[in-house]
Amino acid sequence: MNLDALRDKLGYQGALLGIAALLTSTALALASKATGPDIAAAEARDLQQSLTQVLPGRYDNDLLKDRLVLPGPEGEVTAYRARRAGQVEAVVFQVVGYGYAGRIVCMMGVDKGGRILGVRVIKHAETPGLGDKIDPAKADWIHRFEGKSLGDPAPDKFAVKKDGGVFDQFAGATITPRAVVKAVKGGLEWFGREKTRLLDQPGVKP
Amino acid sequence: MNYSRIARDGLWDNNVVFAQMLALCPLLAVTSSATNGLGMGLATTAVLIGSNTLISALRRFISAEVRIPVYIVFIATLVTLVDMSLNAWAHDLYKVLGLFIALIVVNCAILGRAESFAAKNPVASSAFDGLMMGLGFTLALVLIGGVREVLGSGTLFAQAHLLLGQSFAFLEMTLIPEYKGFLLMILPPGGFLVVGCLLAGKRVLDKRLAEKSQPDGVPQNA
Repeated sequence: MNLDALRDKLGYQGALLGIAALLTSTALALASKATGPDIAAAEARDLQQSLTQVLPGRYDNDLLKDRLVLPGPEGEVTAYRARRAGQVEAVVFQVVGYGYAGRIVCMMGVDKGGRILGVRVIKHAETPGLGDKIDPAKADWIHRFEGKSLGDPAPDKFAVKKDGGVFDQFAGATITPRAVVKAVKGGLEWFGREKTRLLDQPGVKP
Repeated sequence: MNYSRIARDGLWDNNVVFAQMLALCPLLAVTSSATNGLGMGLATTAVLIGSNTLISALRRFISAEVRIPVYIVFIATLVTLVDMSLNAWAHDLYKVLGLFIALIVVNCAILGRAESFAAKNPVASSAFDGLMMGLGFTLALVLIGGVREVLGSGTLFAQAHLLLGQSFAFLEMTLIPEYKGFLLMILPPGGFLVVGCLLAGKRVLDKRLAEKSQPDGVPQNA
């Protein structure tokens, strides 16, 4: 039968849609299989990079494998532990603050004594030019957290200056730094609560 | 359809942004810098060439009644393929452009070219049309991104090495040193302002050109 006559039949429309869907999903399945391992490797590299940024110093274990999942203030928190000679020396985990434009995701590293080793914002949508000074590429504000802990400064001083604390806010943007400071403080408090489990419990096997 | 006509249409006369006024949503979202514009433009061009070729090759099998869903499935697949391969093999670039790639699916210019060109023309000229429309779109994106970047942050092609590799780092320029920045231009309103001014500029230029080709001063309908 010739194609022009066939094209007007009702069954042809269904078959065409079916074949198009089948072909495209096959292509996507093959592509997903081909790119999957490379994407996973690239994402692991990213995670490793963000972990080492907040973890100065050398550790002798594979951070990505030494994970511990614990309940946190908002759902589960995955903590990565850095060890020297089998002893946990530092813990890295994510904390989330709510800024001017939604979630601000930070990665923070804390040593076994509860001192902050480093904080990095890994995801945010704050206003460019105002709130984005939390990004170390734009300003060095985020480095002010290094060496701080829950006792230093005192808990009521762990806030931006406008709220009577010790951390600077930015001209024209208080909400963003306030959110980050609050998230970091929350992270330290969580570390304090979970300290024994974080430092002693063996990790989950991936 | 001759090729020089197709090229003229894509780059100027029937430019996606400046004449058809399509794809303004992704345009305003990504053009806060020239580099972002270039990346988005190149990714869109790749998808346009692919979708035009595919749809033109299969145009005899696609019936008029269900053509739109078939086109959309093809376009969405191509965009997903581009997205996955960039994520796997050009991960640094993907981190810059990742959010915008998915936006290509909703770029009505691609569906528009499938419907108005690829469905009626042979494969070679459809592919060429995809290339030219894509380049015209890229040109518009880079132009708008460039103007906004210079006015907004005083730089041009900042971070181009992330997109094109280290050898293109020479493109990165700081035009206004010690510039404090003009936030309005980086934010969405700046996009509207620049698009509006460039559109007006193109109209004036087209009118001048038409008057020149008609020496007795009778304006031609463009």
